[in-house]
Amino acid sequence: MDSRFTRGKSPVLERALGRPRSEVALSAFALLFSELVQYCQNRVYSVAELQTKLAQLGHQVGLRVLDALVAREKSGRRETKVLNVLLFVKGPVWRQLFGKEADKLEQANDDDKTYYVIEKEPLVNSFISVPKENSSLNCAAFTAGLVEAVLGASGFPAKVTAHWHKGTTLMIKFEEAVIAREKSLEGR
Amino acid sequence: MSRQAGRGTESKKMNSELFTLTYGALVTQLCKDYENDEDVNKQLDKMGYNIGVRLIEDFLARSSVGRCHDFRETADVIAKIAFKMYLGITPSITNWSPGGDEFSLILENNPLVDFVELPDNHSSLIYSNLLCGVLRGALEMVQMAVDVKFVQDTLKGDSVTEIRMKFLRRIEDNLPAGEE
Repeated sequence: MDSRFTRGKSPVLERALGRPRSEVALSAFALLFSELVQYCQNRVYSVAELQTKLAQLGHQVGLRVLDALVAREKSGRRETKVLNVLLFVKGPVWRQLFGKEADKLEQANDDDKTYYVIEKEPLVNSFISVPKENSSLNCAAFTAGLVEAVLGASGFPAKVTAHWHKGTTLMIKFEEAVIAREKSLEGR
Repeated sequence: MSRQAGRGTESKKMNSELFTLTYGALVTQLCKDYENDEDVNKQLDKMGYNIGVRLIEDFLARSSVGRCHDFRETADVIAKIAFKMYLGITPSITNWSPGGDEFSLILENNPLVDFVELPDNHSSLIYSNLLCGVLRGALEMVQMAVDVKFVQDTLKGDSVTEIRMKFLRRIEDNLPAGEE
């Protein structure tokens, strides 16, 4: 068997999926995240690449968050409608990760593929200051990658990007197929 | 405790899952970037050191702990105040060496390794090596040179996680060149 796999050495999978018992200090996470950003910064040549790297790391986190959360909060039932999955992201996902719901969820006026999740002060940016020469950098790219993974793995492939707007806005752009499927579901 | 009555507990807490998963994503990324476990261990230690030199300031600001008079006091502060403040756990202190310069921290559960398994092809990876760097960096900023390493690790099948800390020497303040 591929040595990549662990062959079930530890009883981790048999443990109950209870609520996380411990809390860590916000500054512990902030310091870890800052080190993570610096590590990525040393290996890239542009702000866009840095945001991509952060998004990739967020992606890893998002995949794992989704499984545990769906099992805990919704007894394994998954969402099939776009609005419901977005409310799931804004509510339970945000609450689990950041301790509170996201500030706002909006739909774009002119585009039914695009939605916005708005957060005035995202937790990941708590202690991050952005120098002028990198002013387009938003470390919430990490959160964007996380949300992209959550939506993608739930069956709603989308592109999620982070922008400086009303605080931090995550712009979620669903793929055509998702909206087409949504419309046909409504038609029933 | 009367020690902490002076400062308000304005330490904001957060759910440990995001922290655990972020650390996991970091270690995974390092394993992809470096070819062997030794390099990953070194990099984790280095990153931990960078975190430690900043963490000590945050710690001193938020706890009203004064200067420690000896290594035993240091050990107590690390286990009972620092670990509790940052990771929400209280390791126990055991195995003092006869000279009083070495001790072990026993962690029964480690938030960094929740839900983590080490695959077979990374058997020499010290997953939580960041902690060693953090301790080393933080103590260096208070003039103590220490050697920190893992001797037992639940990820490798041991029943507890044990970190051995050894006091090396007191660091003298070096005046910048040209000053008296």
